[in-house]
Amino acid sequence: MTVADLPAPEGTLPAAVPDGGELAVERSAFRLALDTFLENRLAVGGATVLVLIVLFSFVGPLVYHTNQVATNLINENLTPSLSHPLGTSPEGRDELGRLMLGGQSTLEVGLAVGVLGTLLGLAWGVIAGYVGGVVDTVMMRIVDALLSIPFLFFVVLLAALVRADLLVVILVLTAVSWLSTARVVRGETLSLRTRDYVVASRGFGATGWRVAGRHITPNLAGVLIVSGTLKVADAILAFASISYLGLGPPPPATNWGTMLSTGINNLFSGYWWQLWPAAVLIVVTVLAVNVLGDALSDVAERRLQKR
Amino acid sequence: MTAYIVRRLGQAVIVVLIVTVVVFGLLHALPGGLVRAQLGPKATPYAVHQFTIQEGLNKPLVVQYGIWLWHAVQGNLGFSYKLNQSVGSLLAEYVPRTLLLAGSAFLLSVAIAIPLGLWQGQRRNRPDDHALSALMLTFYSMPSFLLGVILIVVLSLWIPALPSTASAFGSGLGTDVRVLVLPVATLCLGNVSYFSRYMRASTIDNLLADHVRTARAKGVAPRRVLLRHVLRNSVSSTVTVLGLSIPYVLSGALIIEALFNFPGVGLLFWNAAQDRDYPVLLGVVLVITVATIVGNLAADIAYAALDPRIRYR
Repeated sequence: MTVADLPAPEGTLPAAVPDGGELAVERSAFRLALDTFLENRLAVGGATVLVLIVLFSFVGPLVYHTNQVATNLINENLTPSLSHPLGTSPEGRDELGRLMLGGQSTLEVGLAVGVLGTLLGLAWGVIAGYVGGVVDTVMMRIVDALLSIPFLFFVVLLAALVRADLLVVILVLTAVSWLSTARVVRGETLSLRTRDYVVASRGFGATGWRVAGRHITPNLAGVLIVSGTLKVADAILAFASISYLGLGPPPPATNWGTMLSTGINNLFSGYWWQLWPAAVLIVVTVLAVNVLGDALSDVAERRLQKR
Repeated sequence: MTAYIVRRLGQAVIVVLIVTVVVFGLLHALPGGLVRAQLGPKATPYAVHQFTIQEGLNKPLVVQYGIWLWHAVQGNLGFSYKLNQSVGSLLAEYVPRTLLLAGSAFLLSVAIAIPLGLWQGQRRNRPDDHALSALMLTFYSMPSFLLGVILIVVLSLWIPALPSTASAFGSGLGTDVRVLVLPVATLCLGNVSYFSRYMRASTIDNLLADHVRTARAKGVAPRRVLLRHVLRNSVSSTVTVLGLSIPYVLSGALIIEALFNFPGVGLLFWNAAQDRDYPVLLGVVLVITVATIVGNLAADIAYAALDPRIRYR
């Protein structure tokens, strides 16, 4: 983009423009990121798929009414038909409606764990990296220790100890999901705290909290968005795994993992509609989140290069 | 190098201690407590009292932890009342099977992922690379048990070539090794999708590195550039990922063992979790965590050996 293409500049431009050189005019960081994002076809594709799945799960039930609480044994294991487009479950509940209900809890868990895990990891990592010394050593050894317990064993242990409902599942998955973020954030904080603007800010007498909140955290946004997105994918998969192991929330609540588990149990009875629709939904969702995460990480890198 | 190993070893011991504190604390902070879980809801107050005394559960938690740790160091991990067997002998029975399952899947997947990633890196952004990347990302986005189910449907239901359950494994002499094929293949595909992504990315990084350009400019044969300058550097950075992936591989083994009914440590753990068999839960977590930490340590040392720059950090 050259100077000539731009509308009349507001404010002052830098005084010296090199002869024949092109001047890149600063635009807001957000606009820059958004442009790079929209240029990335994969990112847009992933986001579109996710929007469709959210609509399916949350708006779908408003249009397509089913009873997902009462069991109806006359209708058990029905093959797909006009009244039940995707057949029925072993309890006689409509499978299409069940997929919507299952999608709700699956997406809720994924998003909640992504957000909570990121926030906890951010707080832990910034404190460890910024304070340093013994505090850092102790905090990071705790992270190392928890990371070295294979996560599914840790999750099964926690889920077996406490009766599972959606909130417990979210907390249990958050308990393992924040660890990797804490490590990454600590590493970034270590490099950010030596930057000139941080040193300057401290020279002006800014408190540790202000420096951490105002100068370090905003610079972590790119890393956090990417790791948070990938965390959502991991959380959905982990939720499916613990549900498959029978440690998810009990019926009539459901999620895609529990539905997969039912479908697998009835695999040899030939009730394909109980397995494959849920399988396709979960793979497509996780794939879309992963593609989005990869694309966002490209966006974060490209944005830095454009500056 | 020795100083580096000693320092890492010290860290590893501390990490193991923290894990034991966390797990021990979790198990003993339970509502309802250990006694009820072991004896069941119908136990008489007298039996509860006796069991409490016998197991030392009336002692302060710190003392209990000390006793447990002291016994654990000596190799005594307690006794499972549910299975009427010592935890040590249970582990001796189940751990080797999981090692065989997870270990062979791990080695196989490394043997596949490294050449695959190297090849994809060379062919980056061509249609075949895109197709393979998409396939790998799909495997990566799939719950591992679903991958197993797909293999069962194809190789056990459609083409009845392989057994869909491995429950008979290790139960007697002359076990049919065919039962291992599907569980190993499932774990292996999952791992390959994870490792090859890293290998591809680090191959691309290295192909663009200055030393590779220099080597090419010197007129080094392309094959030699690939093997000496690209492969070596890519592998050494992938080694760290391999080390860090051990918990992931073991987690995968847990769910695959549940799917195929494979009598390994994952299945033992899952059953113990459902039965609230605390001595087994504690013992399994301790052993697999130590295994993970030793694996990480080995990967770090291998990395330092492959890449001298690391040692002096």
